[in-house]
Amino acid sequence: MNLNLKVWRQNDAHAKGKMVDYSISGIDGDMSFLEMLDILNENLINEGKEPVEFDHDCREGICGSCSLQINGEPHGPDKFITTCQLHMRKFKDGDTIVIEPFRATAFPVIKDLVVDRSSFDRIQQAGGYISVNTSGNTVDANAIPVQKEAADTAMDAATCIGCGACVAACKNASAMLFTSAKVSQFALLPQGQVEATERVKNMVRQMDLEGFGNCTNTGACEVECPKGISLENIARMNREYLKANLKG
Amino acid sequence: MSALISSSIARKVVMALSGLFLVLFLAQHFTINLTSVIAPDTFNEWSHFMGYNPLVQYILQPILVAGIIIHFVMGIALEIQNNRSRKIGYVRYNGSANAPWTSRNMIVTGLVVLAFLGLHMYDFWVHEMAYKYLESNPEDPTRYYAETVEKFEPIWRTVIYVIAFVLLAMHLWHGFSSSFQSMGWNNKYSAGLQTFTKIYAIAIPAGFIFIALYHHFNPITH
Repeated sequence: MNLNLKVWRQNDAHAKGKMVDYSISGIDGDMSFLEMLDILNENLINEGKEPVEFDHDCREGICGSCSLQINGEPHGPDKFITTCQLHMRKFKDGDTIVIEPFRATAFPVIKDLVVDRSSFDRIQQAGGYISVNTSGNTVDANAIPVQKEAADTAMDAATCIGCGACVAACKNASAMLFTSAKVSQFALLPQGQVEATERVKNMVRQMDLEGFGNCTNTGACEVECPKGISLENIARMNREYLKANLKG
Repeated sequence: MSALISSSIARKVVMALSGLFLVLFLAQHFTINLTSVIAPDTFNEWSHFMGYNPLVQYILQPILVAGIIIHFVMGIALEIQNNRSRKIGYVRYNGSANAPWTSRNMIVTGLVVLAFLGLHMYDFWVHEMAYKYLESNPEDPTRYYAETVEKFEPIWRTVIYVIAFVLLAMHLWHGFSSSFQSMGWNNKYSAGLQTFTKIYAIAIPAGFIFIALYHHFNPITH
Protein backbone atom coordinates (compact mmCIF):
# COMPACT_ATOMS: atom_id res chain seq x y z
CA MET A 1 0.00 0.00 0.00
CA ASN A 2 1.33 3.45 -0.93
CA LEU A 3 0.12 6.37 1.16
CA ASN A 4 0.42 10.14 1.30
CA LEU A 5 0.79 11.48 4.82
CA LYS A 6 0.22 15.02 6.02
CA VAL A 7 1.84 15.19 9.45
CA TRP A 8 1.88 18.06 11.96
CA ARG A 9 5.50 19.01 12.69
CA GLN A 10 6.36 21.41 15.51
CA ASN A 11 9.86 21.78 16.97
CA ASP A 12 8.80 22.60 20.52
CA ALA A 13 5.97 24.03 22.60
CA HIS A 14 6.73 27.60 21.54
CA ALA A 15 7.48 27.01 17.85
CA LYS A 16 4.97 27.56 15.08
CA GLY A 17 4.01 24.22 13.61
CA LYS A 18 2.96 23.25 10.11
CA MET A 19 1.72 20.28 8.12
CA VAL A 20 4.50 18.42 6.26
CA ASP A 21 3.83 16.00 3.37
CA TYR A 22 5.43 12.54 3.30
CA SER A 23 5.02 9.61 0.91
CA ILE A 24 5.34 6.11 2.26
CA SER A 25 5.24 2.76 0.46
CA GLY A 26 5.19 -0.94 1.29
CA ILE A 27 2.57 -0.60 4.04
CA ASP A 28 0.81 -3.87 4.85
CA GLY A 29 -2.88 -3.90 5.83
CA ASP A 30 -2.08 -5.98 8.92
CA MET A 31 0.24 -3.33 10.32
CA SER A 32 -0.97 -1.08 13.11
CA PHE A 33 -1.05 2.67 12.58
CA LEU A 34 1.87 3.12 14.95
CA GLU A 35 3.92 0.49 13.06
CA MET A 36 3.28 2.53 9.91
CA LEU A 37 4.64 5.60 11.75
CA ASP A 38 7.64 3.49 12.89
CA ILE A 39 8.43 2.80 9.23
CA LEU A 40 8.04 6.49 8.39
CA ASN A 41 10.52 7.31 11.16
CA GLU A 42 12.99 4.65 9.99
CA ASN A 43 12.84 6.19 6.52
CA LEU A 44 13.37 9.69 7.96
CA ILE A 45 16.33 8.53 10.09
CA ASN A 46 17.90 6.79 7.07
CA GLU A 47 17.52 10.05 5.15
CA GLY A 48 19.24 11.93 7.97
CA LYS A 49 16.07 13.76 8.95
CA GLU A 50 14.48 14.14 12.37
CA PRO A 51 11.83 11.47 13.10
CA VAL A 52 8.24 12.37 13.98
CA GLU A 53 7.63 12.44 17.74
CA PHE A 54 4.50 10.60 18.85
CA ASP A 55 3.29 9.14 22.15
CA HIS A 56 3.00 5.37 22.64
CA ASP A 57 3.62 2.81 25.36
CA CYS A 58 1.72 -0.47 25.74
CA ARG A 59 0.51 -0.72 22.12
CA GLU A 60 -2.42 -2.87 23.22
CA GLY A 61 -5.10 -0.28 23.98
CA ILE A 62 -4.61 -0.11 27.73
CA CYS A 63 -2.23 2.72 28.63
CA GLY A 64 -3.96 5.60 26.86
CA SER A 65 -0.66 7.05 25.65
CA CYS A 66 -1.24 7.12 21.90
CA SER A 67 -3.20 10.18 21.00
CA LEU A 68 -3.51 11.06 17.34
CA GLN A 69 -6.17 12.90 15.43
CA ILE A 70 -6.37 10.91 12.18
CA ASN A 71 -8.37 12.31 9.27
CA GLY A 72 -10.30 14.53 11.66
CA GLU A 73 -11.16 11.86 14.25
CA PRO A 74 -9.42 10.89 17.50
CA HIS A 75 -7.81 7.45 17.10
CA GLY A 76 -8.89 7.39 13.45
CA PRO A 77 -11.93 6.11 11.60
CA ASP A 78 -12.59 2.93 13.65
CA LYS A 79 -14.62 2.89 16.87
CA PHE A 80 -13.82 1.55 20.38
CA ILE A 81 -10.08 1.41 19.67
CA THR A 82 -6.99 3.44 20.43
CA THR A 83 -4.55 4.58 17.73
CA CYS A 84 -2.28 1.60 18.41
CA GLN A 85 -5.19 -0.76 17.69
CA LEU A 86 -6.03 0.91 14.37
CA HIS A 87 -5.04 -1.34 11.47
CA MET A 88 -3.83 -0.01 8.12
CA ARG A 89 -6.45 -2.16 6.37
CA LYS A 90 -8.86 0.66 7.24
CA PHE A 91 -7.13 2.72 4.52
CA LYS A 92 -6.84 2.21 0.77
CA ASP A 93 -3.84 2.35 -1.53
CA GLY A 94 -3.22 5.94 -2.56
CA ASP A 95 -5.10 7.47 0.42
CA THR A 96 -4.01 10.76 1.95
CA ILE A 97 -3.98 10.59 5.76
CA VAL A 98 -3.96 13.77 7.85
CA ILE A 99 -2.27 13.22 11.22
CA GLU A 100 -2.49 15.88 13.92
CA PRO A 101 -2.03 16.08 17.70
CA PHE A 102 -5.10 16.21 19.98
CA ARG A 103 -6.04 19.89 20.06
CA ALA A 104 -7.08 21.70 23.25
CA THR A 105 -5.75 24.71 25.11
CA ALA A 106 -5.42 22.40 28.12
CA PHE A 107 -3.39 19.92 25.99
CA PRO A 108 -0.48 22.07 24.75
CA VAL A 109 1.73 20.52 22.08
CA ILE A 110 5.17 19.55 23.40
CA LYS A 111 6.63 18.46 20.05
CA ASP A 112 5.15 17.26 16.76
CA LEU A 113 2.28 14.92 17.72
CA VAL A 114 3.02 14.77 21.46
CA VAL A 115 0.76 16.76 23.76
CA ASP A 116 0.96 17.47 27.48
CA ARG A 117 -2.04 15.79 29.11
CA SER A 118 -0.96 16.44 32.71
CA SER A 119 -4.15 18.52 33.12
CA PHE A 120 -5.91 15.14 33.43
CA ASP A 121 -3.50 14.16 36.19
CA ARG A 122 -4.29 17.35 38.10
CA ILE A 123 -8.05 16.71 37.80
CA GLN A 124 -7.49 13.20 39.14
CA GLN A 125 -5.31 14.51 41.98
CA ALA A 126 -8.03 16.99 42.95
CA GLY A 127 -10.29 14.19 44.15
CA GLY A 128 -10.08 11.00 42.10
CA TYR A 129 -9.17 8.79 45.03
CA ILE A 130 -10.48 7.32 48.26
CA SER A 131 -8.70 7.54 51.60
CA VAL A 132 -7.88 4.03 52.77
CA ASN A 133 -5.84 3.04 55.78
CA THR A 134 -2.94 1.07 54.31
CA SER A 135 -0.89 0.73 57.47
CA GLY A 136 -1.30 -3.01 57.81
CA ASN A 137 -4.99 -3.27 58.70
CA THR A 138 -6.56 -2.52 55.30
CA VAL A 139 -10.13 -3.75 55.06
CA ASP A 140 -10.82 -6.11 52.15
CA ALA A 141 -12.91 -4.16 49.63
CA ASN A 142 -14.94 -7.30 48.94
CA ALA A 143 -16.09 -7.36 52.57
CA ILE A 144 -18.51 -4.51 51.79
CA PRO A 145 -21.56 -5.71 49.81
CA VAL A 146 -22.10 -3.81 46.56
CA GLN A 147 -25.20 -4.12 44.39
CA LYS A 148 -24.30 -5.95 41.14
CA GLU A 149 -25.66 -3.22 38.86
CA ALA A 150 -23.75 -0.49 40.73
CA ALA A 151 -20.55 -2.55 40.64
CA ASP A 152 -20.89 -3.13 36.89
CA THR A 153 -21.62 0.55 36.15
CA ALA A 154 -18.70 1.65 38.35
CA MET A 155 -16.44 -0.82 36.53
CA ASP A 156 -17.59 0.54 33.17
CA ALA A 157 -16.66 4.06 34.31
CA ALA A 158 -13.34 2.82 35.67
CA THR A 159 -12.31 1.50 32.25
CA CYS A 160 -11.51 5.08 31.17
CA ILE A 161 -7.82 5.11 30.23
CA GLY A 162 -7.54 8.90 30.19
CA CYS A 163 -6.34 9.06 26.60
CA GLY A 164 -8.06 12.40 25.94
CA ALA A 165 -10.04 11.34 22.85
CA CYS A 166 -13.16 12.82 24.46
CA VAL A 167 -11.51 16.25 24.64
CA ALA A 168 -10.09 15.89 21.13
CA ALA A 169 -13.47 14.95 19.63
CA CYS A 170 -15.54 17.57 21.45
CA LYS A 171 -16.07 20.76 19.48
CA ASN A 172 -15.68 22.61 22.79
CA ALA A 173 -12.64 20.62 23.98
CA SER A 174 -14.63 19.66 27.06
CA ALA A 175 -13.21 17.17 29.55
CA MET A 176 -16.53 16.29 31.13
CA LEU A 177 -16.59 12.67 29.95
CA PHE A 178 -13.17 12.00 31.50
CA THR A 179 -13.95 13.85 34.74
CA SER A 180 -17.40 12.29 35.03
CA ALA A 181 -15.99 8.78 34.58
CA LYS A 182 -13.55 9.40 37.41
CA VAL A 183 -16.30 10.86 39.62
CA SER A 184 -18.74 8.05 38.75
CA GLN A 185 -16.45 5.14 39.54
CA PHE A 186 -16.38 6.31 43.16
CA ALA A 187 -19.86 7.84 43.41
CA LEU A 188 -21.42 4.45 42.66
CA LEU A 189 -19.53 2.54 45.35
CA PRO A 190 -19.89 2.67 49.16
CA GLN A 191 -16.16 3.28 49.54
CA GLY A 192 -16.51 6.53 47.60
CA GLN A 193 -19.27 8.06 49.71
CA VAL A 194 -17.12 9.52 52.49
CA GLU A 195 -15.45 12.08 50.21
CA ALA A 196 -18.22 12.30 47.61
CA THR A 197 -19.20 15.93 48.26
CA GLU A 198 -15.70 17.39 48.17
CA ARG A 199 -14.56 15.07 45.37
CA VAL A 200 -16.99 16.27 42.73
CA LYS A 201 -16.63 19.94 43.72
CA ASN A 202 -12.83 19.81 43.63
CA MET A 203 -12.59 17.81 40.40
CA VAL A 204 -15.03 20.08 38.54
CA ARG A 205 -13.23 23.17 39.87
CA GLN A 206 -9.89 21.79 38.63
CA MET A 207 -11.42 20.85 35.27
CA ASP A 208 -12.62 24.43 34.82
CA LEU A 209 -9.27 25.87 35.99
CA GLU A 210 -7.42 23.85 33.35
CA GLY A 211 -9.33 25.70 30.61
CA PHE A 212 -11.45 22.90 29.17
CA GLY A 213 -14.68 23.92 27.43
CA ASN A 214 -18.28 23.35 28.44
CA CYS A 215 -20.25 20.25 27.56
CA THR A 216 -23.00 20.92 25.00
CA ASN A 217 -24.16 17.29 24.94
CA THR A 218 -23.24 16.63 21.30
CA GLY A 219 -22.26 13.08 22.26
CA ALA A 220 -19.07 13.15 20.15
CA CYS A 221 -16.99 12.12 23.19
CA GLU A 222 -19.04 8.97 23.76
CA VAL A 223 -18.79 7.97 20.08
CA GLU A 224 -15.02 8.44 19.94
CA CYS A 225 -14.16 7.01 23.37
CA PRO A 226 -12.10 3.83 22.87
CA LYS A 227 -13.67 2.36 26.00
CA GLY A 228 -17.26 3.39 25.26
CA ILE A 229 -17.65 5.56 28.38
CA SER A 230 -21.32 6.61 28.44
CA LEU A 231 -22.85 10.09 28.59
CA GLU A 232 -24.79 8.77 31.61
CA ASN A 233 -21.62 9.51 33.57
CA ILE A 234 -21.83 13.22 32.71
CA ALA A 235 -25.46 13.32 33.88
CA ARG A 236 -24.40 11.53 37.08
CA MET A 237 -21.58 14.02 37.67
CA ASN A 238 -23.99 16.93 37.12
CA ARG A 239 -26.35 15.40 39.70
CA GLU A 240 -23.49 14.80 42.14
CA TYR A 241 -22.26 18.38 41.64
CA LEU A 242 -25.67 19.97 42.18
CA LYS A 243 -26.30 17.72 45.21
CA ALA A 244 -22.91 18.58 46.68
CA ASN A 245 -23.51 22.31 46.32
CA LEU A 246 -27.00 22.10 47.76
CA LYS A 247 -25.51 20.38 50.82
CA GLY A 248 -23.19 23.37 51.18
CA MET B 1 -21.18 30.41 46.14
CA SER B 2 -18.88 32.25 43.70
CA ALA B 3 -17.29 28.91 42.75
CA LEU B 4 -20.73 27.52 41.98
CA ILE B 5 -21.76 30.52 39.85
CA SER B 6 -18.55 30.38 37.78
CA SER B 7 -18.61 26.59 37.34
CA SER B 8 -19.25 25.09 33.91
CA ILE B 9 -21.98 22.81 35.28
CA ALA B 10 -23.91 25.63 36.97
CA ARG B 11 -23.80 27.67 33.76
CA LYS B 12 -25.14 24.73 31.79
CA VAL B 13 -27.95 24.30 34.31
CA VAL B 14 -28.85 27.98 33.87
CA MET B 15 -28.92 27.42 30.08
CA ALA B 16 -31.09 24.33 30.57
CA LEU B 17 -33.60 25.94 32.94
CA SER B 18 -33.99 29.11 30.86
CA GLY B 19 -34.29 26.97 27.71
CA LEU B 20 -37.00 24.77 29.22
CA PHE B 21 -38.87 27.86 30.38
CA LEU B 22 -38.80 29.16 26.78
CA VAL B 23 -39.95 25.75 25.49
CA LEU B 24 -43.00 25.99 27.79
CA PHE B 25 -43.66 29.56 26.68
CA LEU B 26 -43.49 28.44 23.04
CA ALA B 27 -46.29 25.91 23.61
CA GLN B 28 -48.46 28.58 25.25
CA HIS B 29 -47.71 31.08 22.45
CA PHE B 30 -48.58 28.47 19.83
CA THR B 31 -51.87 27.59 21.53
CA ILE B 32 -53.01 31.23 21.47
CA ASN B 33 -51.81 31.76 17.88
CA LEU B 34 -53.66 28.67 16.70
CA THR B 35 -56.95 30.27 17.70
CA SER B 36 -56.27 32.97 15.07
CA VAL B 37 -56.88 30.25 12.48
CA ILE B 38 -59.76 28.35 14.04
CA ALA B 39 -61.56 30.98 16.16
CA PRO B 40 -60.66 34.66 15.52
CA ASP B 41 -62.97 35.91 18.31
CA THR B 42 -61.21 33.70 20.85
CA PHE B 43 -57.88 34.97 19.52
CA ASN B 44 -59.03 38.56 20.10
CA GLU B 45 -60.28 37.70 23.57
CA TRP B 46 -57.10 35.92 24.67
CA SER B 47 -54.81 38.53 23.09
CA HIS B 48 -56.68 41.31 24.90
CA PHE B 49 -56.36 39.41 28.17
CA MET B 50 -52.60 38.97 27.63
CA GLY B 51 -52.22 42.62 26.65
CA TYR B 52 -54.06 44.18 29.59
CA ASN B 53 -53.96 41.72 32.50
CA PRO B 54 -51.63 43.24 35.16
CA LEU B 55 -50.28 39.81 36.21
CA VAL B 56 -49.26 39.04 32.62
CA GLN B 57 -47.99 42.53 31.85
CA TYR B 58 -46.06 43.37 35.01
CA ILE B 59 -44.95 39.94 36.30
CA LEU B 60 -45.00 37.27 33.57
CA GLN B 61 -43.79 39.51 30.73
CA PRO B 62 -40.67 40.74 32.63
CA ILE B 63 -39.93 37.11 33.63
CA LEU B 64 -40.17 36.09 29.96
CA VAL B 65 -37.87 38.91 28.83
CA ALA B 66 -35.41 37.97 31.60
CA GLY B 67 -35.55 34.32 30.49
CA ILE B 68 -34.75 35.25 26.89
CA ILE B 69 -31.88 37.59 27.91
CA ILE B 70 -30.38 35.05 30.34
CA HIS B 71 -30.56 32.28 27.69
CA PHE B 72 -28.84 34.18 24.91
CA VAL B 73 -26.31 36.07 27.06
CA MET B 74 -25.25 32.82 28.76
CA GLY B 75 -25.21 31.01 25.41
CA ILE B 76 -22.89 33.60 23.86
CA ALA B 77 -20.67 33.67 26.99
CA LEU B 78 -20.33 29.87 26.90
CA GLU B 79 -19.56 29.94 23.16
CA ILE B 80 -16.74 32.47 23.74
CA GLN B 81 -15.37 30.30 26.55
CA ASN B 82 -15.60 27.19 24.38
CA ASN B 83 -13.72 28.86 21.53
CA ARG B 84 -10.93 29.75 23.97
CA SER B 85 -10.63 26.10 24.97
CA ARG B 86 -9.22 25.25 21.52
CA LYS B 87 -7.25 28.27 20.36
CA ILE B 88 -5.49 26.31 17.59
CA GLY B 89 -7.99 24.37 15.53
CA TYR B 90 -7.58 21.18 13.55
CA VAL B 91 -6.51 21.23 9.90
CA ARG B 92 -9.12 18.52 9.38
CA TYR B 93 -12.03 18.12 11.80
CA ASN B 94 -14.62 15.49 10.90
CA GLY B 95 -17.41 16.64 13.22
CA SER B 96 -20.14 14.82 11.30
CA ALA B 97 -18.45 11.48 12.12
CA ASN B 98 -19.57 11.62 15.72
CA ALA B 99 -22.25 14.27 16.28
CA PRO B 100 -25.26 15.59 14.34
CA TRP B 101 -25.18 19.04 12.71
CA THR B 102 -27.92 20.39 14.97
CA SER B 103 -25.95 19.64 18.15
CA ARG B 104 -22.76 21.21 16.77
CA ASN B 105 -24.40 24.40 15.54
CA MET B 106 -26.66 25.53 18.39
CA ILE B 107 -24.97 28.95 18.34
CA VAL B 108 -25.82 29.36 14.61
CA THR B 109 -29.48 28.34 14.96
CA GLY B 110 -29.73 30.28 18.23
CA LEU B 111 -28.40 33.52 16.71
CA VAL B 112 -30.82 33.23 13.76
CA VAL B 113 -33.71 32.76 16.20
CA LEU B 114 -32.41 35.75 18.20
CA ALA B 115 -32.30 37.90 15.05
CA PHE B 116 -35.84 36.78 14.24
CA LEU B 117 -36.92 37.74 17.77
CA GLY B 118 -35.74 41.29 17.00
CA LEU B 119 -38.09 41.45 14.00
CA HIS B 120 -40.88 39.74 15.94
CA MET B 121 -40.60 42.17 18.86
CA TYR B 122 -40.58 45.11 16.42
CA ASP B 123 -43.63 43.74 14.61
CA PHE B 124 -45.80 43.08 17.63
CA TRP B 125 -44.35 44.21 20.97
CA VAL B 126 -43.06 47.65 19.88
CA HIS B 127 -46.29 48.24 18.00
CA GLU B 128 -48.29 47.24 21.07
CA MET B 129 -46.28 49.48 23.42
CA ALA B 130 -46.72 52.44 21.02
CA TYR B 131 -50.46 51.76 20.69
CA LYS B 132 -51.02 51.61 24.43
CA TYR B 133 -48.53 53.99 25.98
CA LEU B 134 -47.26 56.46 23.35
CA GLU B 135 -50.41 57.00 21.34
CA SER B 136 -52.65 56.34 24.38
CA ASN B 137 -55.28 54.67 22.24
CA PRO B 138 -58.41 53.33 23.96
CA GLU B 139 -58.80 49.62 24.62
CA ASP B 140 -60.14 47.79 21.56
CA PRO B 141 -60.62 44.05 22.21
CA THR B 142 -61.44 43.37 18.53
CA ARG B 143 -58.29 44.68 16.80
CA TYR B 144 -55.78 41.82 17.33
CA TYR B 145 -56.93 39.39 14.65
CA ALA B 146 -56.87 42.00 11.88
CA GLU B 147 -53.49 43.35 13.01
CA THR B 148 -51.98 39.86 13.01
CA VAL B 149 -53.33 38.85 9.61
CA GLU B 150 -52.18 42.16 8.13
CA LYS B 151 -48.61 41.47 9.29
CA PHE B 152 -48.42 38.39 7.08
CA GLU B 153 -49.55 40.11 3.88
CA PRO B 154 -45.99 40.90 2.63
CA ILE B 155 -44.33 37.77 1.26
CA TRP B 156 -40.89 38.81 2.58
CA ARG B 157 -42.06 38.78 6.19
CA THR B 158 -43.81 35.42 5.77
CA VAL B 159 -40.64 33.92 4.24
CA ILE B 160 -38.49 35.25 7.11
CA TYR B 161 -40.92 33.76 9.64
CA VAL B 162 -40.85 30.37 7.87
CA ILE B 163 -37.03 30.30 7.72
CA ALA B 164 -36.77 31.33 11.39
CA PHE B 165 -39.13 28.54 12.46
CA VAL B 166 -37.11 25.94 10.50
CA LEU B 167 -34.01 27.10 12.41
CA LEU B 168 -36.01 27.05 15.66
CA ALA B 169 -36.94 23.43 14.93
CA MET B 170 -33.24 22.57 14.54
CA HIS B 171 -32.47 24.38 17.82
CA LEU B 172 -35.20 22.51 19.69
CA TRP B 173 -34.20 19.17 18.09
CA HIS B 174 -31.03 19.15 20.19
CA GLY B 175 -31.77 21.68 22.92
CA PHE B 176 -34.93 20.26 24.48
CA SER B 177 -33.67 16.82 25.54
CA SER B 178 -30.12 18.16 26.01
CA SER B 179 -31.34 20.45 28.79
CA PHE B 180 -32.41 17.41 30.82
CA GLN B 181 -28.96 15.84 30.40
CA SER B 182 -27.38 19.11 31.63
CA MET B 183 -29.51 18.92 34.77
CA GLY B 184 -28.38 15.35 35.41
CA TRP B 185 -31.48 13.60 34.08
CA ASN B 186 -30.37 10.54 32.10
CA ASN B 187 -32.27 7.34 32.88
CA LYS B 188 -34.65 4.73 31.45
CA TYR B 189 -37.07 7.49 30.40
CA SER B 190 -34.46 9.32 28.30
CA ALA B 191 -35.31 7.41 25.12
CA GLY B 192 -38.96 8.48 25.49
CA LEU B 193 -37.84 12.04 26.11
CA GLN B 194 -35.77 11.93 22.90
CA THR B 195 -38.86 10.86 20.96
CA PHE B 196 -41.00 13.56 22.56
CA THR B 197 -38.27 16.13 21.80
CA LYS B 198 -38.30 15.23 18.11
CA ILE B 199 -42.11 15.39 17.94
CA TYR B 200 -42.17 18.75 19.75
CA ALA B 201 -39.28 20.15 17.67
CA ILE B 202 -41.18 19.44 14.47
CA ALA B 203 -44.81 19.95 15.53
CA ILE B 204 -44.59 23.36 17.21
CA PRO B 205 -42.46 25.15 14.54
CA ALA B 206 -44.50 23.44 11.78
CA GLY B 207 -47.63 24.76 13.47
CA PHE B 208 -46.24 28.31 13.55
CA ILE B 209 -45.27 27.97 9.86
CA PHE B 210 -48.81 26.81 9.05
CA ILE B 211 -50.31 29.83 10.85
CA ALA B 212 -48.01 32.28 9.01
CA LEU B 213 -48.77 30.70 5.62
CA TYR B 214 -52.50 30.48 6.38
CA HIS B 215 -52.73 34.20 7.09
CA HIS B 216 -50.55 35.06 4.09
CA PHE B 217 -52.80 33.14 1.71
CA ASN B 218 -56.06 34.21 3.44
CA PRO B 219 -55.75 37.99 3.78
CA ILE B 220 -58.60 40.11 5.10
CA THR B 221 -60.37 41.68 2.12
CA HIS B 222 -61.11 45.36 2.74
